Amino acid sequence: MLIVAAIMFAGMLAGYLLRGQKKVLRFNARLTMWVIYLLLFFLGLAIGGDDYIMHQLPELGLLALVISVMAIAGSIFTAWLLWRFAFSKRGEDKP
Amino acid sequence: MRGSFTILGFFVLGILAGRLNQLPQWLDAGQYSTWVLYLLMFLVGIGVGADKKALRTLATFNLKILMVPLSTITGTLLGVSVVWFFVQQLSLAELLAVGSGFGYYSLSSVIITELHSAELGVVALLSNVIREVITLLFAPFFVHISGKLSPIASGGATSMDTTLPIITSASGKEFALIALFHGIVLTVLVPFMVAFFITF
Repeated sequence: MLIVAAIMFAGMLAGYLLRGQKKVLRFNARLTMWVIYLLLFFLGLAIGGDDYIMHQLPELGLLALVISVMAIAGSIFTAWLLWRFAFSKRGEDKP
Repeated sequence: MRGSFTILGFFVLGILAGRLNQLPQWLDAGQYSTWVLYLLMFLVGIGVGADKKALRTLATFNLKILMVPLSTITGTLLGVSVVWFFVQQLSLAELLAVGSGFGYYSLSSVIITELHSAELGVVALLSNVIREVITLLFAPFFVHISGKLSPIASGGATSMDTTLPIITSASGKEFALIALFHGIVLTVLVPFMVAFFITF
């Protein structure tokens, strides 16, 4: 956790110093995409080579669906509270 | 959206390659991927630190606008905690880590895969993709049942890019700045929060 945080902070500092360097930043954006592609390819490799996870896939998918539905339900509930009590003007407080 | 398909395409390609089991030994992913993850975190950091528009958007900071991402974080963590009561498969920390992806599936899934397991990495990938898809499909419905901030909340970290168009069409153009601010704050927080919960 600390390593990830430290590396990200170092990157943000480097990025701040590099702002305005259009060519470098464009290269950075493209490199970032390719590293993400590579890591997701690795993730696919790990899963494809693991019979246990392959068999579990439908169940894991269902679990993922439940987690996302509850994450959304929770966040739109607090968004409703915020909307109701801090954002909407009087008279239009019903969404 | 095109970027999302490419990302998922590489993931599926990886699964196929893993099934065929024909890759040379030196490509054993686990060997390098921690270092690749560190590289990714550094590159993402550069992107955030150099983003002038993001810095300018963050400068519009005030208490009211800050409440929106805080509300999304609170609601998301509460929501996924409820799952813990009826699913024994995952610990609370694991659920919170998956929820802390806030729709940023590429980053959250690779962090979870590296720091925890490929199994939970897949759950994070699918769950956060689904969060984005549900937001794209149901944004107008969310406005109807729980107000104009709800598509922003539902979109999570994606409210600054992939779900921004649907948010402004469902809630109104005047919500674009809030959506941007919200998405930027969550995007920066995702790696920290995911790594925090997963190493619990």
